[in-house]
Amino acid sequence: MQLFNELKTLGQQHIKADKKAGERVPSGLWIACPKCHQSLYHKDLGIYQVCPNCEYGFRITARERISWLVDDFSELDADMCTTDPLHFPDYKKKLEKARVNTKLNDSILTAIATIQDKKFGLGIMDPNFIMGSMGSVTGEKITRLFEKATSEKLPVVLFTASGGARMQEGIFSLMQMAKISAAIKRHSDEGLFYLTILTDPTTGGVTASFAMQGDLILSEPRVLIGFAGKRVIEQTIHQKVPNNLQDAETVLEHGFIDAIVQRRELKKKIAWLLNIHEKGDS
Amino acid sequence: MVNILDRKKTAAQIVAGARNQEKMSAYDLINGIFDDFFELHGDRLSGDDAAIVGGIAMLADKAVTVIATNKGESAQERMLTHFGCPQPSGYRKSLRLIKQAEKFGRPVFIFVNTAGAYPGKSAEENGQGEALANNLLEISGVKVPVITVIYGEGGSGGALALACGDAVWMVENSMYSVLSPEGFAAILWKDSKRADEAAEVMQLTPEKLLAQNVIEGIIPESHSHKRVCRAIRKTMEQELGRLSTLSTEELLAKRYERFRKF
Ligand SMILES: [Zn+2]
Repeated sequence: MQLFNELKTLGQQHIKADKKAGERVPSGLWIACPKCHQSLYHKDLGIYQVCPNCEYGFRITARERISWLVDDFSELDADMCTTDPLHFPDYKKKLEKARVNTKLNDSILTAIATIQDKKFGLGIMDPNFIMGSMGSVTGEKITRLFEKATSEKLPVVLFTASGGARMQEGIFSLMQMAKISAAIKRHSDEGLFYLTILTDPTTGGVTASFAMQGDLILSEPRVLIGFAGKRVIEQTIHQKVPNNLQDAETVLEHGFIDAIVQRRELKKKIAWLLNIHEKGDS
Repeated sequence: MVNILDRKKTAAQIVAGARNQEKMSAYDLINGIFDDFFELHGDRLSGDDAAIVGGIAMLADKAVTVIATNKGESAQERMLTHFGCPQPSGYRKSLRLIKQAEKFGRPVFIFVNTAGAYPGKSAEENGQGEALANNLLEISGVKVPVITVIYGEGGSGGALALACGDAVWMVENSMYSVLSPEGFAAILWKDSKRADEAAEVMQLTPEKLLAQNVIEGIIPESHSHKRVCRAIRKTMEQELGRLSTLSTEELLAKRYERFRKF
C-alpha cells in the first residue's frame, strides 16, 4: 500500500554544510543540565551543545548536527510525506508543526555525505520531530538509504534518536521495523559496513531494530538507551528501578554497545572507522 | 463473555476475544496440530524462557520446527512466563531454533499470543532491544519458509519479531497492533479508559489487517479446539505447499517484498 506522497516543496538539494548553524542558539540563557543538574550558561555548551561538566550531549536537530558533522552532503527524499493511513485526528497539524520546527519532512534526515573525501550513506534522526518517532516516511527514507548504499557499495552511518514507533500510524509504523531490518541485512550480506551512533533518547521500536543492528554500535555519553519506558517497567515489576538503568554507561557494562564517544570526537572517529572498513574494490 | 461465534463484532469485542481465557494453551495448540512434538529448551547463552516453547514435530510425514509463545495455565506458570511476555532469552531461543531449522531444511511454524516482549528490569539488562533486533535481521535471510499464526494477542515488536517471515495468518478472534489499545489511548489521549475507541481507530482486527495486506488470511474459530486445530493445520499445509514451490531466491525476494510495500 502507498503510505506516502511526495511533498513537492524542497526537491533534492545539494547543500554545503552550514558551519554556522550550530551557533544559532538563544544567547544569554541559564539552563540546567538534565543529567548532572549543573547550572550552565547557554554559551558554554558551544557548537556541539555539550554539558561541560558531564559531557551529556543536548538534544539537537538533525540540521544542527549535520552542520558540524560532515564536509559535504546531498540530501535524499526530502519531499516525502505520509498519507496518514489511520486518518488520525490532528495528526497532519502535528506533522506540519514538526516540519516547521525541524526543517525536515519527517523524523530523519538522510543523505549521501562525505567526511575527508570518504563517501557514505548518512541518516540522522531528529528527537524534535514528534519525539523522533518512527513513521512510514522515516522507515521508507531509511530503507531507501540502505538500498542506495547497497547498490553503490557505500557504508552507512546512522544516528538514532527516537521515542519509538509513531502511534498515529499504528501497525504501519510497526511494519517499518521489519522493512528496515531486511534492507540492512541485504546491505550487510554485501560485506558493507554499518555504524550506528545512539543519541538521546534511543528507545522502543528503534532500539528493537536498526539501532541494535550495527556492525559497531557507539553512543554519546549519558544517552538514554532502552526498549521499554521506565514507567512501564516499574508498573510491570511493581518496583522502582535505578535511575541509571538505561544510561549508555550501564548499557555498555551489560555488553550491548561497543563504546561511548564524546560528541566532539565523533567526526574524527567516524572518519577513522570508515577508512579502516573501506572495501578493497571501491 | 464474548460469543466467539458472533460474526459481527466491534474492534473492542475482538480484543476481548483475543484475550479470552478459553484460548488454547501453546501445548494444546502444538499437539493439536502436529504429531510427535519434541520440545527443545534453552538459548545456549543464559537460560530457558518458559514464555517461548519450541521444538521439532511432524506435519504429515515432514519434520518441521515449531515455536509458540506460551502464557501458561496455572497461576505459577503464568508467573513463570510473565503472562506470555518473552524475555530476551526467549527470543534468542526462538532464533536458535530457526537457524537450526534452516540448517536442516525444516520449515518453521510460529504461533503468537503475546501482549508483547517482557518489559521488566532484567529484560532491559539482558538486551531486549538487541534480542528483538537480531530476530528481525536474521529471520529476513533465513532460507526456509517461516509461517506465523497469531492466535490471540499480537503485541508490538514482541509479536513482530516472531511474525517477520513469509506469511502471517490470524485466527478470527485475534489482534495485532503497535501497542495495546489501553497504552495507545494513554499515550495519545492521556486516558487509558478510551481503549475501546482506540481499538476502533487502530485497525487491529484481522479483517482490517487483511484489507491492508498486513496478513495473508483469517482462520475461522469455533468453541471446539479440535476444529480450530484442524482449520489451522489445513491452512499450514496449504501455505507450506505454496511456499515450497519457490526457489530459495524467490522465497527471499517475496519475503523482502512482503514488508517493502509498507
Ligand atoms: Zn551535565
